[in-house]
Amino acid sequence: MPEASKIPVTVLTGYLGAGKTTLLNRILSENHGKKYAVIVNEFGEIGIDNDLIIGADEEVFEMNNGCVCCTVRGDLVRIMEGLMKRKGKFDAIIVETTGLADPAPVAQTFFVDEDVQKNARLDAVVTVADAKWLADRLKDAPEAKNQIAFADVIVLNKTDLVSKGELAEVEARIRGINPYAKLHRTERCKVRLSDVLERGAFDLDRILDLEPDFLEVDDDHDHDHDHHHHGHDHDHHHDHGHGLKHYHDEDMQSLALKTDKPLDPTKFMPWLQNLVATEGQKILRSKGILAFTDDDDRYVFQGVHMMLEGDHQRKWKDGEPRESRLIFIGRELPEQAIRDGFESCITT
Amino acid sequence: MSTFEPGGQQASIVSVTDRVRPVRIGAAVSAVHFLGERAGFVGAEENISFVDTEGDVSRIAVHGGGILCAVSDGKRIVTGGDDGKVAAIDAKGEVTQLAQDAKRRWIDNVALHTDGAYAWSAGKIAYVRSGKNEEKFFEVPSTVGGLAFAPKGLRLAIAHYGGVTLWFPNMAANAEFLEWAGSHLGVTFSPDNKFLVTAMHEPAMHGWRLADNRHMRMSGYPGRVKSMSWSAGGKFLATSGADMVIMWPFASKDGPMGKEPAMLAPLQARVAVVACHPKQDILACGYSDGTVLMVRLEDGAEILVRRNGTPPVAALAWNAKGTLLAFADEEGDAGLLPL
Repeated sequence: MPEASKIPVTVLTGYLGAGKTTLLNRILSENHGKKYAVIVNEFGEIGIDNDLIIGADEEVFEMNNGCVCCTVRGDLVRIMEGLMKRKGKFDAIIVETTGLADPAPVAQTFFVDEDVQKNARLDAVVTVADAKWLADRLKDAPEAKNQIAFADVIVLNKTDLVSKGELAEVEARIRGINPYAKLHRTERCKVRLSDVLERGAFDLDRILDLEPDFLEVDDDHDHDHDHHHHGHDHDHHHDHGHGLKHYHDEDMQSLALKTDKPLDPTKFMPWLQNLVATEGQKILRSKGILAFTDDDDRYVFQGVHMMLEGDHQRKWKDGEPRESRLIFIGRELPEQAIRDGFESCITT
Repeated sequence: MSTFEPGGQQASIVSVTDRVRPVRIGAAVSAVHFLGERAGFVGAEENISFVDTEGDVSRIAVHGGGILCAVSDGKRIVTGGDDGKVAAIDAKGEVTQLAQDAKRRWIDNVALHTDGAYAWSAGKIAYVRSGKNEEKFFEVPSTVGGLAFAPKGLRLAIAHYGGVTLWFPNMAANAEFLEWAGSHLGVTFSPDNKFLVTAMHEPAMHGWRLADNRHMRMSGYPGRVKSMSWSAGGKFLATSGADMVIMWPFASKDGPMGKEPAMLAPLQARVAVVACHPKQDILACGYSDGTVLMVRLEDGAEILVRRNGTPPVAALAWNAKGTLLAFADEEGDAGLLPL
């Protein structure tokens, strides 16, 4: 089945109390003319009468291949199979995880399972974060950090409960972990649906957003775009050039690599595969746009832990710089080793 | 461990496509079962369509949503739905509600015993109602992937993540647990009650010899095994999941251990459904490209029942006498072949 006709799946995650259910109710109640199948963990919290709300057990199964991070949601495999009997009765699927869930098994289910892959495609991981409490949770809850690191879209909620300074602080904390996700500031999860749905974040053709999202902070309520916190706090953070403080999270980082020299595919592909095979447990997400030696096509790839998928995407355009760019988001990334390995794949 | 290497060539073929009576079900089909001479095509949603030998179709509403599972003993078809109901339909087309989940959870699996007992599962709980109409339940550690009654005694195999639980609903003793890492999604007893086989989430099957719980690994499949069928007398277990029918030998006391399976009817398409003839050493198989074949087990001779180029075959069944074969594809184009 062509990618476009597969049913899009949005994974909705966020720590306890951040506002996942509020966002879900907002999505379901808005007048968009679409019908959603919603996979939830707690029945009854959804205020919408919809017979396609399915209770899940959030069962995380290890794949039988000896790889500890190759986990899938066993219940999702079953639910997806059941839902496919009702194809045509809904337009998209939303999977809500529990507040303590790791998004990886959900995402990996859509990479690993042949039947799931045949009918559905992962659209994006949307993480709802609590502006008031996220900074604390990042200190004491590894799950919260995972959810931020994994996100394609972050809905920073309850911004009305914090001061501008506090908001800047929590945003900097988020950016220290994941500078690539689209960030939306909200009160009561008031966000445009187009900002959280139909994102195509896992679509290889749309892996373009490899630039940090610092400049594009979207704000539905405050249109002066926050140029007022040019606080040059040079003690522990370095200024990032456009006003936001920059933190380095102690154990979760992102790493960006770039070169304008062509990569040698016979070196790069084995290196990348070996990297995710050995360090895949630490690497939560990876993405890249690559320019190979003597290859007029762009090559794009993305990965979740040890799972990689990649393909030639399209011809490089005339005048388009043939650059290779990669990003990794992960825990305790062996930065120098990754940089050195990448350098060694550059054609000399 | 037993594995197989795919191979083989397609030969020229005898065709009976002109003897097939085409039937339009008009909706997606997920299974077919015969009640006497009438074929009951189980829809993906809501209805069962009965087709008699004249080709007349009567549609009966059974569930208020998706039909997630269906089994039959030849006297009735029992189904489970995403409306939380377990229903039975008899040869007259009469629908009886057998159970209703209190929380309206999905009924993921159903099983039927020859003595009239039936079982179903919702989430992690398997339920049994015996002939005396007593209801009992058993909770396993994770969602039930498959249910099967043993051919002898009231004993239920419950497949789940990490293995299979063998439960005797009428005995107070603890259930027996057969452990094997991975997610088990389908389960079947050999007709002689000596072996238990599961289809796993990964493309492999696992078996146990019940006398000593000895493991049998059956792998080599390119895809998940979703259809299993015992040949007449239980000498072979035919399976889907490869580009040919994989037949594991179960005639000896060791089952398939250390043996190569027979590989029949190779095509350039994945086998989606298999159904062994109830009396003779013949099987029918349906493929992802719409092809339906009949295959003689002895020499692999093939007869074409339906050509390729149509939606994947979703359902296949023989009537109890073995005089009628029914098939349907995922979009509801079906056929009956009298033999």
